[in-house]
Amino acid sequence: MTDLATYNFAYLDEQTKRMIRRAILKAIAIPGYQVPFASREMPMPYGWGTGGVQVTAAIIGPEDVLKVIDQGADDTTNAVSIRAFFQKVANVAVTTHTKDATIIQTRHRIPEHKLAEGQILVYQVPIPEPLRFLEPRETETRKMHALEEYGLMHVKLYEDIAHNGRISKTYAYPVKVAGRYVMDPSPTPKFDNPKMHRSEALQLFGAGREKRIYAVPPYTDVVSLDFEDYPFEIQTFDKPCALCGAENVYLDEVVLDDKGGRMFVCSDTDNCEDRREHGHVGAMLAPAKEAAE
Amino acid sequence: MNIKTQALSGGFGEPVFESQGVFRMLMDGMARPGTIRTVGPDVGQPEPLGGAAGAIAVTLCDHETPVWLSAGLARSATGEWIGFHTGAPITREKAEARFAFVEAGATLASFGLFSAGTQEYPDRSTTLVIEVSALGEGQPLTLTGPGIPHATTVMVKGLPEVFPRLWADNRALFPRGVDVILTAGKKLLCLPRTVRIATQ
Repeated sequence: MTDLATYNFAYLDEQTKRMIRRAILKAIAIPGYQVPFASREMPMPYGWGTGGVQVTAAIIGPEDVLKVIDQGADDTTNAVSIRAFFQKVANVAVTTHTKDATIIQTRHRIPEHKLAEGQILVYQVPIPEPLRFLEPRETETRKMHALEEYGLMHVKLYEDIAHNGRISKTYAYPVKVAGRYVMDPSPTPKFDNPKMHRSEALQLFGAGREKRIYAVPPYTDVVSLDFEDYPFEIQTFDKPCALCGAENVYLDEVVLDDKGGRMFVCSDTDNCEDRREHGHVGAMLAPAKEAAE
Repeated sequence: MNIKTQALSGGFGEPVFESQGVFRMLMDGMARPGTIRTVGPDVGQPEPLGGAAGAIAVTLCDHETPVWLSAGLARSATGEWIGFHTGAPITREKAEARFAFVEAGATLASFGLFSAGTQEYPDRSTTLVIEVSALGEGQPLTLTGPGIPHATTVMVKGLPEVFPRLWADNRALFPRGVDVILTAGKKLLCLPRTVRIATQ
């Protein structure tokens, strides 16, 4: 613990934590509503997850086990840095296993493994306002939320259908929370939207540069916006994961060479590794295994 | 103990970790309304402020959060105690208060004078901490809403008779409205504004 002497526990000073904690409590009481908060400078640039980091720092305690993912992966730069940051400033246990974590900070994915009661999912959010690209003025979007005036969003989805024959938005797909607020689920693929609906875990969202915190309590309706004749659909993949053979998971495309070779692998690295440990083998691992025998 | 020494005693022994623990209890309580939790640390709050209510004050209040006290608490050392430990100003204006503390048995006429926030900023509302005689026994209340899988029943003793009606009025204001934390000694029960309460 002597290494911690130069910082307060979890980096933030106590007054900042109180301010963030008050914002979190109000955010939970008004599901989907963006609570303004006095976002601080963090020892990393805006855009690197400062909102999520501040939320995590305000809630984390010595008993917590932290997992950090970036696009589903535990081993990418952003995830590794933030995990190391909390090991250094809070001395907390860390894990890559979804089911062992009490707090999961995420950039743009929801783990494939179903989250359980007692777990907290903290999202890093770049632009919290779902209406921002339709209406740039904060005064106007705030009024639209106040009046529950979301016609503009439906017009946008309708125009998508008129131009493309379908709703072409594939990530940051707008949702309605508890039948009231339209919310940006952060740039998660729309594949993950159904996981938010009545999730057993508490979901907290932090946007550092935009200075907003919002939340979805457990067992809360989260409905993706759609039309009766154009219902919401998630992405589907033709092939299973090339490494673990998983179906019905979100896959990343990896380019293998300059001759058009490519593979599709699980975006959730923990889920993929866990499956391989349990003997699941995908198409591209199978020949290697046979050759070894 | 006179009022001066009462005000200066108590507080968290380990402010960083104990306030984190109490906050997590509040956060889990707000996220799962209907669950009764028991606060661990003893904060040495003056009578008639309860143990959980005192812990909430030192966890969440500071110079940015004006605090309103009910008549019984205003007569006690509570104001000085909160002032000394948190730096929070005590206000007589309900509408200014970010937090309001109400002692057990105090009359509750209405939530109307407390801040319910605005339609644009519903988060700028008062959080009321109301002491009741017991949690886990007494009158059964059925709660529904976000954070509750289907419905949950919780027992509360000593809840003011008008509370269910006041709460229904408060619920009708959504997204505006006050949030309530019921406390009884070291126990607490969170009622975010989204909760619907049915009495049996």
